[in-house]
Amino acid sequence: MNQLEVYLFIALIMFGMGLWGVLQRRSLIAMLISVELMLNAANINFLAFNRFLAPEPAVGQIIALFVMGTAAAEAAIGLSIILAVYRRNQNIDIERVTDLKG
Amino acid sequence: MTPLPEILKPEWIAQGVFWIIVGVTLAGAVFAVFLKRIIHNILGLIVSLFGVAGLFIYLNSEFLALMEILIYVGAICISIVFAIMLSEPMFKEEAKRNIFKSVFTGIVAVLVFWSFSTMITKTPWEAAAVKSDDWSVRTIGNLLLTRYDLIFELISLVLLVAIMGAIIIAGQGRKQRSSQ
Repeated sequence: MNQLEVYLFIALIMFGMGLWGVLQRRSLIAMLISVELMLNAANINFLAFNRFLAPEPAVGQIIALFVMGTAAAEAAIGLSIILAVYRRNQNIDIERVTDLKG
Repeated sequence: MTPLPEILKPEWIAQGVFWIIVGVTLAGAVFAVFLKRIIHNILGLIVSLFGVAGLFIYLNSEFLALMEILIYVGAICISIVFAIMLSEPMFKEEAKRNIFKSVFTGIVAVLVFWSFSTMITKTPWEAAAVKSDDWSVRTIGNLLLTRYDLIFELISLVLLVAIMGAIIIAGQGRKQRSSQ
């Protein structure tokens, strides 16, 4: 239980599922949810390394806090873009949102 | 007093609770990714984030566990729920994916998983020399306002810009629509 590799594998499984979700799901909100999963996997990694390997335990927690702040900013911007796209196209399926396609 | 049975010893209970938390986290992640309806996805994400908070407690940082629940579940997930209610009709089915693309995404995900897992098992992890073992919130606050001051200011600036950008983007769409 208290081993670095266990936490790394939990985070890796979450990251893999998030990656698959970003590549496979077609709805913008589902992709945003998958990105949140990937960010959480990264956070688990930060705290696991912080717990087992790092010289100063406060530093890893601070970095994880910054990741959370960035995730909050990303969610706010992403959701407002999704709402704007929905108002314009009445749809948030990324196969049909092709206005910017060159 | 009779000695406790093996399964009721504190280490065993901690072990069992740990694996339950791991199960909750991964099951929530599965719900968040593999279910078809988007509202089920977001509920799965909430379950998974509670599990991650439990893992943070096992990793010694109760503060981060509280922040996880406050920021992720309380702010991000709730705003995603609002966006779902504002944008997507719940009954709308996702379009079928091209089978070739589906196979390709599966291959990419499995490749990434396999390469990272070999990296985890092959690397000899060595702990750095311990400089301090101070886990308290007081230290985090001190470091945030001294050594990591610049990043702290920067992240608050990023949040401010993100909030203003979100208001502008969401508000402009409404203006265009009402002028049509």
